[in-house]
Amino acid sequence: MSITSQGPGPVDVTLTVNGRSVDVHVEPRRTLLSVLREELGLTGAKEGCGEGNCGACTVLLDGHAVYACMTLAVECDGGEIRTVEGLADGEELHPVQGAFLEHDGYQCGFCTPGQIMAAVALLERCPSPTEDEVRQGMAGNLCRCGAYPNITASVIAAADRMRQKDA
Amino acid sequence: MPEIRKTEVEFEGRVEERETIVESEGVLPWGDDARLTEVGRPVPRVAGKARVTGQALYTVDVDFPGQLVARVLRSPHPHARVTAVDAPSLEALPGVHLIWHRDQPPPVSTFKGRELFPAEVAYEGAEVALVVARDERGAEDALRAIEVSYEPLPFVTGLESALSKGAQEALCGTGGNVINPEGRTYLRGNLERGWERAAVSVDLSFETPNASHSPLEPHAVVARWEGEQLTVWESTQGVFSVRQDVAEALGIAQDRVRVVCDFVGGGFGAKQRAGRHTLLAALASRETGRPVGLRLRRREEQVAGGYRPASMQRVRVGAAEDGTLVCIEHDAWEHMGAHGHRGYAVTGPTESLYACPNVRTSVRGVRANSDRGRAFRAPGYVEGTFALESSMDVLAAKVGMDPLELRLKNCAAEDPVSGEPYTSKGLKEAYEIGARLVGWRDRRGIPPPRGPWRRGWGMASQVWGGGGGPPANAVAKILPDGGVEVLVGVQDIGTGTRTVLSQIAADELGVGLDAVRVVVGNTEAAPYGPTSAGSQTLASAGPAVRAAVRACLGQVIGMAAQMLGKDGRGEEAFDARDGEIFLREDPEVRIPFREVAERMDGYTVVGNGSRGPNPQGRRINTFGAHFVEVNVNVETGQVRAVKVVAVHDVGRVINPLTAANQVHGGIIQGVGLSLMEGRVVDDQTGLQLTANLEGYKVPTIMDTPQIDVSFLNRPDAEANSVGAKGLGEPPIIPTPAALANAVSDAIGARVTHLPLTPREVLGYLQRESERPS
Repeated sequence: MSITSQGPGPVDVTLTVNGRSVDVHVEPRRTLLSVLREELGLTGAKEGCGEGNCGACTVLLDGHAVYACMTLAVECDGGEIRTVEGLADGEELHPVQGAFLEHDGYQCGFCTPGQIMAAVALLERCPSPTEDEVRQGMAGNLCRCGAYPNITASVIAAADRMRQKDA
Repeated sequence: MPEIRKTEVEFEGRVEERETIVESEGVLPWGDDARLTEVGRPVPRVAGKARVTGQALYTVDVDFPGQLVARVLRSPHPHARVTAVDAPSLEALPGVHLIWHRDQPPPVSTFKGRELFPAEVAYEGAEVALVVARDERGAEDALRAIEVSYEPLPFVTGLESALSKGAQEALCGTGGNVINPEGRTYLRGNLERGWERAAVSVDLSFETPNASHSPLEPHAVVARWEGEQLTVWESTQGVFSVRQDVAEALGIAQDRVRVVCDFVGGGFGAKQRAGRHTLLAALASRETGRPVGLRLRRREEQVAGGYRPASMQRVRVGAAEDGTLVCIEHDAWEHMGAHGHRGYAVTGPTESLYACPNVRTSVRGVRANSDRGRAFRAPGYVEGTFALESSMDVLAAKVGMDPLELRLKNCAAEDPVSGEPYTSKGLKEAYEIGARLVGWRDRRGIPPPRGPWRRGWGMASQVWGGGGGPPANAVAKILPDGGVEVLVGVQDIGTGTRTVLSQIAADELGVGLDAVRVVVGNTEAAPYGPTSAGSQTLASAGPAVRAAVRACLGQVIGMAAQMLGKDGRGEEAFDARDGEIFLREDPEVRIPFREVAERMDGYTVVGNGSRGPNPQGRRINTFGAHFVEVNVNVETGQVRAVKVVAVHDVGRVINPLTAANQVHGGIIQGVGLSLMEGRVVDDQTGLQLTANLEGYKVPTIMDTPQIDVSFLNRPDAEANSVGAKGLGEPPIIPTPAALANAVSDAIGARVTHLPLTPREVLGYLQRESERPS
């Protein structure tokens, strides 16, 4: 009996991560999350469940929020990935990051990178959300500490900031 | 000179007298005239930037060059005997460094008196083997390559079946599932006399579920040996407890173990000590000579990571016609798992909330085939308050009183258990403020909702400790550039400990918040501090930080006096404010704090501080009240928590922003326990059907009610020198009780079993409709 897994060997995958092109050579079973964390050292996205229930691994793939634990790296070949590490402009925080900081939109912070990426995706498609729309848009991200009221406040505040910035 | 003193310290509902070494804190409590600029301000968290940029380092992010991945093979049976383990040789598994199991055990084979790989596995998820591989894939493949033969044994899952006559033993040879048949009991007054005086009585039974902590960061560890020195990165609430456990298990001195935890992805009580995974990683690292990381996967966390024990409770209350309580009896049984202990303080609220002369309680721990029941945010008190405060509502209806008036009538003026006065108690004010904010007294005037929805209102009270106490120590250093480093052996588990301790240090020194850095979660950097649990962190460590910083300030003032040519003047002649040291009588004689530090030319000022004793003959408690509005759909059974008004008395509020967030979190976890959380176990297989975050329902943002938070914010100068009490646990305590009371109000039937899922609610509605009127 062969005890190592069967299947094709490692394959080449090219990703653009936070604006930089990277080539990785990984087995097809590898998730985007494991490549980000283990190959690229981007540990902002977290594995909270590994099966698409909690949202702690949320990143943007071609502008859409995806669960990186439910996305195979090979599916992303040629794709553009944005993670929490790529949001700030030098020392200047992204408005969503700034709003989470100011409105205390977290407690332990473990789900925060995923919450922030989900909020960025939400505000890109819906720049002036109502509170209900924020709740709908953030419903795929669990916060076990229960910082939800402040998460809602953070996303609303971030929307204001981004509109002012654009104006 | 430190002296040995006795002091009473409360932890999770149990008061113990400790002999402890105390020093004078050297600081007096802040008075009304204290000039506090950072304390009391809603300051954003000091480590917030790390959190929002993804830079915050959690244990699962720790990754050293050459680090190996450990995984645990776990029992798929609730109860079985391991008859054979067939593991391939390491040569057959490329990239696999080590496999341990029963027949091939690690050099240390027990942890806290139990085998690491026992022949009898007594819960789904019990450890059967350990593999250590080059990477995640190698470890996964190795797990699959191990074949284990089991002889399934009879099992018992629920409390009721574990307690039934002739029940299967959860653990072979224990002679019964009740861990402490004699119970943890309490008695005051005379029950017989109490019942003689009772004109009205209530007798109700309650059940609450096994509720998984479900921290988003599961239990995790990275162990690394450097020669004889072991460093353990552990996702924990208490680095010192982990150090003690690891050193004892390995049989080595504590100074050879360093425990580090920078950020913790949630704990809620589940991460108070080292676990079996911790010891396995430490042993595997020593064996392989490489760093070894072991993190539980979600499923493992949900079956082996701990849970709030389910409870069965019976409450009997007797009262005079006017609602005056004359006696309460409260018996509780807790589902502690296969290897659990004798249970938590479920009856604590019954003993201490109301002025009732005759009270008898008992708590018994019960074994069943699950992992170990653990402390989960206000262990026992949440469940006990649900039972007691539900019973109070039924009593209110029987004596024809409003629930709030009944509680006001029976409010205890002094601690009913010890007979001692409180350092402070704002419960009556909390009731009044909450009632006003929610519109309690006008609630019946609001038109009912339309369609199948019914509105209900409920309230409940909260009592808890939170006074903290010694031992807790801190070291402060003034660095050559005027920066201040404060080292404290506690943890910031998301409560904002770093931030509030920074605020305290900044005000004591009269410097800005950005000049202060608080280091937590490192046994090597900091002196001993308590585990961040039991709402004790701030009230224990806060005064220690003040004292340590004050000790530094005394030295800085001494230097400043010399630099200012005022050598003869004592410390009290000077004050520190806005980053300057100045002479009180002539504020023009001043020198910037930073300049003093710079001119000391590398000399580091170090100050030690420790928490003084608790006041003698006084009880330190936190209090609060929640008022809840719910809507219940009588066709579907769905419950919507619409609004929660929370008023808490926790002494001084150091940071209103993070404090309100704590209350939000407690309430939302309380909503979870009330409406949706609970492990579901298949009686036929004994396996958990909810062992992930889809099956196990934790609240989402959509389940969040409108939450209105108030604090009395009255500094408690008798409690400790910062006037603050704990807030971690209080806000979850009254929520399930208040919600259950509101649901009962909405549907006109008393609910007694949590969680109030639609199915459960429909059951109450149906039984109510079938009741002969």
